[in-house]
Amino acid sequence: MSKILENLRYSDSHEWVSLDGEVATVGITDYAQHALGNIVYVDMPEVSDEVTAGEDFGAVESVKAASDLISPVSGEVIEINDDLDGQPELLNEDPYANWIMKVKVNDPGEVSNLLDAKDYAKICEE
Amino acid sequence: MKYYDKLIFELSRPGRKGYSLPKNEYGTDTLAALPGALKREEKAELPEVSELEVVRHYTNLSSKNFGVDTGFYPLGSCTMKYNPKINEEIAAHPGFLYLHPLQDERTVQGALEVYYNLQKILSELAGLEEFTLNPYAGAHGELTGLMIMKTYHSRRGDEKRTKVIVPNSAHGTNPASAMVAGLQVVEVKSKPNGSIDVEDLKPLLDDTVAGIMMTNPNTLGMFETDILEIARLVHEAGGLLYYDGANLNPLLGKARPGDMGFDIMHINLHKTFSTPHGGGGPGAGPVGVREGLESLLPNPKVIKREDGTFSVVNEDGALGNVSSYLGNYAVIMKAYAYILSLGRENIKNVGPMATLNANYIKENLKDDYLLPIEGVCKHEFVFDGLKDKSTGVTTLNVAKRLLDYGFHAPTIYFPLLFHESMMIEPTETESVETLDEFIEVMHRVAKEARETPELVKEAPQTTLVRKLDETTAAKNPILTYKALKQNENGSC
Repeated sequence: MSKILENLRYSDSHEWVSLDGEVATVGITDYAQHALGNIVYVDMPEVSDEVTAGEDFGAVESVKAASDLISPVSGEVIEINDDLDGQPELLNEDPYANWIMKVKVNDPGEVSNLLDAKDYAKICEE
Repeated sequence: MKYYDKLIFELSRPGRKGYSLPKNEYGTDTLAALPGALKREEKAELPEVSELEVVRHYTNLSSKNFGVDTGFYPLGSCTMKYNPKINEEIAAHPGFLYLHPLQDERTVQGALEVYYNLQKILSELAGLEEFTLNPYAGAHGELTGLMIMKTYHSRRGDEKRTKVIVPNSAHGTNPASAMVAGLQVVEVKSKPNGSIDVEDLKPLLDDTVAGIMMTNPNTLGMFETDILEIARLVHEAGGLLYYDGANLNPLLGKARPGDMGFDIMHINLHKTFSTPHGGGGPGAGPVGVREGLESLLPNPKVIKREDGTFSVVNEDGALGNVSSYLGNYAVIMKAYAYILSLGRENIKNVGPMATLNANYIKENLKDDYLLPIEGVCKHEFVFDGLKDKSTGVTTLNVAKRLLDYGFHAPTIYFPLLFHESMMIEPTETESVETLDEFIEVMHRVAKEARETPELVKEAPQTTLVRKLDETTAAKNPILTYKALKQNENGSC
């Protein structure tokens, strides 16, 4: 059973979001890292890139497959997690502590349209 | 088997040579004539070895190969059928082998006839008007086909058609080829059985759609029963249908992409028509088109004149060149030999036998392996790993354990529709005894997974090289001898 944190919001493509004011922190879920297997590379956006909800902002590559990262929010990237550059395995170790990007969102209200922990858990069970 | 894992660089001794060149008696110094900018500053670090060392080295390495000639190779989506030796014999005929592409065409009439005839045979088998045999491989064929699609629209002045619809279950080359051709990829959802979701397709069909790329049977080995409806909808919207020939084998002799409404397709000669595949290549990816698109096929083309002679021509309005000369000619020879040796009647058995073999394995193994889609498959099918998930034994473990029993692993972790995909394609060339042996071993591995899971998780146990560290290999690849030396010296 994969770990799902109560206080986060989720996309059906297995990204999580935590909103603080107008800054959204985005990562992949425990379910995603488990399905991918050992992650060997994270392709991240660059600071000041514009990301759009529903469109890809990078990719994660594992020994099994490469998967697009789909942004759950729209806005401007203000920070990326440089630690993942040399240590992509951090996403396997703790996908919630190791976020991928921080976005200054255009519309903080957008986040409330995402899934809550309970609804996301249903998707993972399917 | 003796374990041999040397690199040729490790055999190198300073000054040792495997050649002896005659003295230059012409008084010329070609090196001096080279412009300085083209000369290297350091000597190339080539291995210095004798002829015998080279022969032993590569012979020893070749004995470590696994191929269709050594064992069963159920690699899904690859159609690893047996390559009859007569193909090689014909392709090595001195009358063809030593031809030069710039020879006067009056002296190569036979070679041009082979090209022309194979093109005609493929057109008949595919139900299309005309083929080019020039593209070098499947993905190259895809690119060529999409360039034809794009050019078809732009010549009509319909510049806004820039989108290609690709199912989310498609082979990765499909979206990649579309991007390289300068088109945008739009994904259409698959239904649980891998078929295109027609309801999801409809809203995508606007006047910016250049076409759709499909395989039939689809990536899960299931026939697209909605294909006529899909073709009607795409054509009504002004788009074209592209057929990825990767899964052509089960249709051979039974159904034709042209009759289903496809406008453009490629064929992987190295899959369906038994020419060597993968590391044993090269391949060939002929592209066929329906009537009305043939003028766009790339140059050069081989035509038959009224007097029965053949010519190589470059036509205005064609796509231009996608290859040098006429593609991988020896591969074309092998495919031609294969088709002629089977003949018009026997070739009709290829698809049905491939389908029968796949269903035989599927039905015999679905007690131990999870079959996500019930029903009759075509030439291949997908299991979602072992049925009993409690043991923690993964598809990767099963694949590695098969190596211990002398079988090549199936395609694993593709398609991405399931977490533990295991894609099996036996092809029509395997005997029932081989299929039974494979089924027995797969059952044995499932039993081991229940009783001694650690044995399977640590597989392979008996191969020359044991389980590889795939994560480190992907993260820190050491691909050259220099890098290996540096790594050994600790300066990684």
